[in-house]
Amino acid sequence: MTETITEPPETLHDITLTVNGIPRPLRVPARRLLSDALRSELGLTGTHVGCEHGVCGSCTILIDGAPMRSCLMFAVSATDYRITTVEGLAEAADARPCSSGQRMNPVQQAFMECHGLQCGFCTPGFLTTITAYLDQNPAPTAEQAREAVSGNLCRCTGYQNIVKSVLRAAEIKAERRAEPHSTGGVDTRTESR
Amino acid sequence: MKPAPFVYHSPDSVGAAVDVLSQVGHDGKVLAGGQSLIPILNMRLASPAHLVDINRVAGLASIDITQNGEVRIGALVRHAELEASEAAYAANPLLRRALQNVAHPAIRNRGTTVGSIAHADAAGEMPAILAITRGVVETAGPAGPAFIEAADFFQGPLETSLAPDEMVVAVTFQPFPPGTGTAFSESARRHGDYALAGVATAVTVSDGVVESVHASFVSVTDVPAVLDLTPIFAGRSVDTMTWDDAIDPVRDFIDPQDDIHATAEYRRMLAAELTRRTLRTATATAVGRPGEAKRAGSTPSHEHPRTSRSVDR
Amino acid sequence: MTTRMFGAPIKRKEDPRLITGGGRYVDDLGREAWVAAFVRAPHAHARITGIDADDAVGLDGVIGIYTHEDLTGTIGERLPQLIPHPSLTHPVTTHPLVAHVVKHVGQPVVMVVATDRYVAEDACGRITVSYEQLPPVVGLQASREAKKLVHPDVPGNIAAHMIQSFGDVGAELATAPHTLHLDLEIERSASMPMEGRGVYAQWNAQEQHLTLWSSTQTTTGVRAAVAATLGLPLVKVDCIAPDVGGGFGVKIMHPYPEEVLIPWAARELNHDIKWTEDRREHFISSAHERAQLHEATIGFDDEGRLLGMDVKFWHDNGAYTPYGIITPIITSTQMLGPYKPRAYRCEFFSLYTNTVIVLPYRGAGRPQGVFVMERAMDAIADHLGLDRTIVRSRNFILPEEMPYAFGLLFQDGRPLTYDSGDFPASLTKLKALVGWDDFAEYRAEAEAEGRRVGLGIGCYVEGTGVGPYEGGHVVVEPSGRVNVATGLTTQGQGHQTAFAQIVADELGVPIDDVHVTTGDTRRMGYAVGTFASRAAVMSGSAVALAARNVRAKALRIAADALEVAETDLDIIDGVIQVKGAPATSIPLGMVSILSNPLRYSFDEASKAATQFTGNVDFDRPPVDPGQEPGLEGRDFYSPTQAAFANGMHAAIVETDPVTAEIKILRYCVIHDCGRMINPMIVEGQVHGGVAQGVGGALYERMAYDDAGQLLNASFMDFLMPYASEVPHVETDHLETPSPLNPLGVKGAGEAGCIPVSAVIASAIEDAEGFPITAMPISPVQLWELRRRHAAGEIPSLKTRHSNAERH
Repeated sequence: MTETITEPPETLHDITLTVNGIPRPLRVPARRLLSDALRSELGLTGTHVGCEHGVCGSCTILIDGAPMRSCLMFAVSATDYRITTVEGLAEAADARPCSSGQRMNPVQQAFMECHGLQCGFCTPGFLTTITAYLDQNPAPTAEQAREAVSGNLCRCTGYQNIVKSVLRAAEIKAERRAEPHSTGGVDTRTESR
Repeated sequence: MKPAPFVYHSPDSVGAAVDVLSQVGHDGKVLAGGQSLIPILNMRLASPAHLVDINRVAGLASIDITQNGEVRIGALVRHAELEASEAAYAANPLLRRALQNVAHPAIRNRGTTVGSIAHADAAGEMPAILAITRGVVETAGPAGPAFIEAADFFQGPLETSLAPDEMVVAVTFQPFPPGTGTAFSESARRHGDYALAGVATAVTVSDGVVESVHASFVSVTDVPAVLDLTPIFAGRSVDTMTWDDAIDPVRDFIDPQDDIHATAEYRRMLAAELTRRTLRTATATAVGRPGEAKRAGSTPSHEHPRTSRSVDR
Repeated sequence: MTTRMFGAPIKRKEDPRLITGGGRYVDDLGREAWVAAFVRAPHAHARITGIDADDAVGLDGVIGIYTHEDLTGTIGERLPQLIPHPSLTHPVTTHPLVAHVVKHVGQPVVMVVATDRYVAEDACGRITVSYEQLPPVVGLQASREAKKLVHPDVPGNIAAHMIQSFGDVGAELATAPHTLHLDLEIERSASMPMEGRGVYAQWNAQEQHLTLWSSTQTTTGVRAAVAATLGLPLVKVDCIAPDVGGGFGVKIMHPYPEEVLIPWAARELNHDIKWTEDRREHFISSAHERAQLHEATIGFDDEGRLLGMDVKFWHDNGAYTPYGIITPIITSTQMLGPYKPRAYRCEFFSLYTNTVIVLPYRGAGRPQGVFVMERAMDAIADHLGLDRTIVRSRNFILPEEMPYAFGLLFQDGRPLTYDSGDFPASLTKLKALVGWDDFAEYRAEAEAEGRRVGLGIGCYVEGTGVGPYEGGHVVVEPSGRVNVATGLTTQGQGHQTAFAQIVADELGVPIDDVHVTTGDTRRMGYAVGTFASRAAVMSGSAVALAARNVRAKALRIAADALEVAETDLDIIDGVIQVKGAPATSIPLGMVSILSNPLRYSFDEASKAATQFTGNVDFDRPPVDPGQEPGLEGRDFYSPTQAAFANGMHAAIVETDPVTAEIKILRYCVIHDCGRMINPMIVEGQVHGGVAQGVGGALYERMAYDDAGQLLNASFMDFLMPYASEVPHVETDHLETPSPLNPLGVKGAGEAGCIPVSAVIASAIEDAEGFPITAMPISPVQLWELRRRHAAGEIPSLKTRHSNAERH
């Protein structure tokens, strides 16, 4: 029997990630990718992993409001940021309950109206990306909308209805901006992050 | 595909970072944006025993423009930040034009321009920009700071003059002389892919006559290198210029390789053709049509509508 | 709400859950499970000479390490040959873990189970497998030459050799006024869904029961295979497809080695085990498709009518043949498209290579067949100086000739007989949509600007809705909720909505009350699977029939309760009511209660069904003979043959005169899938298919080197299109209902991708003026072809679209 190599167990880091407004403590090795930490340690399985080399975009989340690939970041590097996943999009000030009762932000609502998803696996990455995009570019043309989503892969939809969803989401955002400040939508921006 | 284990360091100052690197740099990697490094780690193509995360190091995140138009960026300036900087664009429009071609916005939000330059992939856009702007790399190491010119910094494919205990803290892009128009164009199979070939050009014009012409390349040379086309074009009038005479010098200068996406011969043709087209665009911005130089992302009106992926910005 | 559901673009019921992060894909399950990873072979052809796992055993977190030697019983034998065929004379399948000889890069050799995936991969990195390398056979040329063999007992590397024919092709070619020969090639690609494969197994030792979730297209197939392999009774195995992130064919294969290994390990270790592949694993172990080489000789007359077509082709089936020869059979039968050549002969050889296995990927052999036939049609038109649509029209099977029997056997083992379709009408619509007759003028303008543009066309027929059967089970609960179960699976096609639309219409209930479950053997144990564009036809028909049974029973019980005739009743919004006197009514939920005579009530409403309430007919038992308690119905749909959908596409492309970059300016689709359950879903399927077709026409190919290494096993180098690469798709529809099923539907899943390579080749050819004979085509390849054409090595086309005869 040859000798068994035993290694010192990997160092675990106690960190806190602020995800969707909530500080979440977790204990992970340094090499734990942010995508895996969100999914496994924190149980937020809405963010999906398609390639782990940054190309497909399924893992895209928002870091301080900017879209980034969670498969290309370590959890231990992400402790200083406000992280938003697909599960947190409905907390936006312009989110409203949809016809079946779930709260959705304008981009989510638009995807449902425009058949912007089929299997749904790539969808969270598109939703975060487009949510951030429309905050910076509220009135894109069709061509601009197509370019905005040209960094995420989808194998089901052929993208046509995703482009439509971007344009429809811009419309919905404008509609909701024009609403008198109302009943119904809780403005969560005042909660501390 | 998960990375192999590593010891994680997160220094909060340049001095602390250099200390760590002098101990572990030989078997360690600096982690800044990670957009090039982490895919490599995920695929276990590399498994350094130590990772030095510099994202918490103070003082590396600023963009500074000097009076003479030098653009100095710290090691933690993200591609997206430099791309968005109006001050940087005003000082040197070529930066934004090139940055718009780096991967996709989500990658640019995290990846750093300095990191991309330190990675020294000749298929990267920003090393070519550092070269054509005769940029300077600032490093920190146990022996103190150092300033290295682009030509000395890049030593081979993915190889720089950096020692294992050194890190880049900033790069400075030098301004072009007054009257210089610049342009950037690359052709990739898909939006955001590595270019099959790309080129940055700078044309300095005075009184309607060409003073100097330079080009640097993406994906068709081993190291970022600048082709001086001044001898061929100096003195010629821009109004009658066709730029066809750039084709052969470019073909002779570059050293493209075969890979599964394109043959060396195709890349040679493509780089030369892109240079010819891009020189025209650069000249248009030099001649200073009102608003032309200021409007990023617009195609000059006299250009043919582009097919596929040759993009001028 | 009396809106008709069938045919309406209803928003999907599954969307709110998926959009808010509530999807449950296989990797989202089993948080406490142990995780597996595999040491995969790095060589394409090699004998294993030793496995040393000593350095991995002691690693913290490693639970178990297994090789072929550890697999005792049926699991140690070769995996099943799923679809036997008399022409498949030399089938070979693999062991779950390689027994002795590796036959392709990526085969699993060692399985590691650990507490998490990171540790499992660490352990894999410490396991040393020694190999004696053997010469690999890569590519169809090398396999055909057979200087080396993939399997020692398979001469010529030939797994199967098959000939199908009708008419006397030799005689027709000998006497045809014109003959042409075409050599054509399609490269290997793959389904490449965004979610890879995965398996999660739960072993209940007390019950000796296995529940497994697999990202599969056939839960009944996996269940049967796993039960057989692990020696478990069927009743002790359940398989469920959770949310699945795309399939496109690659997930119809079963059992993949991991699908038996993971449940086996769960039982061995008495612990939940999970495995999800990473992207590199997917590239080197999940099925590919498309690679074929064709040699076609065609004979035609002065009018362009195809008199004889003689095709010989070689199909690359990879290292093993678990799925048999379905793909090349589809190529050889669907090559005929909407045309009626007088004689046809198609001979194929299915060849082994030391590469990943091959089985149907969306289109399933049709893209290759269509490529050949459509290139042939364009070649005929060019040769005779005729318009390409004229030639096609002259060869169409006409509506009055339906049903049209070819005398060949299709992939379902049944006669190839088209049931429906109006090809002339489809073509008319297509020409209008793309502006076929205006193109010459458009091209003249473009050329004046120095631009190079071309117009292309491609037509196809698709046999959809193949059997053997699917089933539907509809149950109305006392609350009025309607549960629908069908056994085939879902990977994004909107079945939960489409099937709910059917049942809502059949039963007269609000669609919100209808809940559909697919792909769960606990809910429907008889099923085949989702592939071949069959779900709408098969399960759609089955749930419709089951719902009709429920409706009939409901009306009978209601008629009894209301003391009216059944024919006086209608069901509207879930309430059975007398036509014209809606006050006389009974809710469907109450009928459900009444249908189940109770001794014990469990709530207020159910008291109505107990023994001492209501009128009792003492001469009738509580449950009539031949009846069952409950308001439910089951039925199955099993057709005599496939239902034939069809379509025609056209595209305008632009090529850069210098760099040869290719851009699709317009893409038009005419599509006939019979009646559409949900037009929004159908259109989405078409868009997605076109995108995959564009990928296959311009970007996607598996780049194997001569050593059998896959050079582009990542998304960086295997180029799937982003939105920027996919054109806007303009669609128009034709509906020629199928007479074969109760709904008149035909399949739509593969329509978008079938003709795209042919259409793009046709358009590029038209732009460039020389033939395009291989796909995909990249700018580099087009540039090389231009050089060869300029050097006289490639002939010019005789005809350009602008000067082709139109009469």
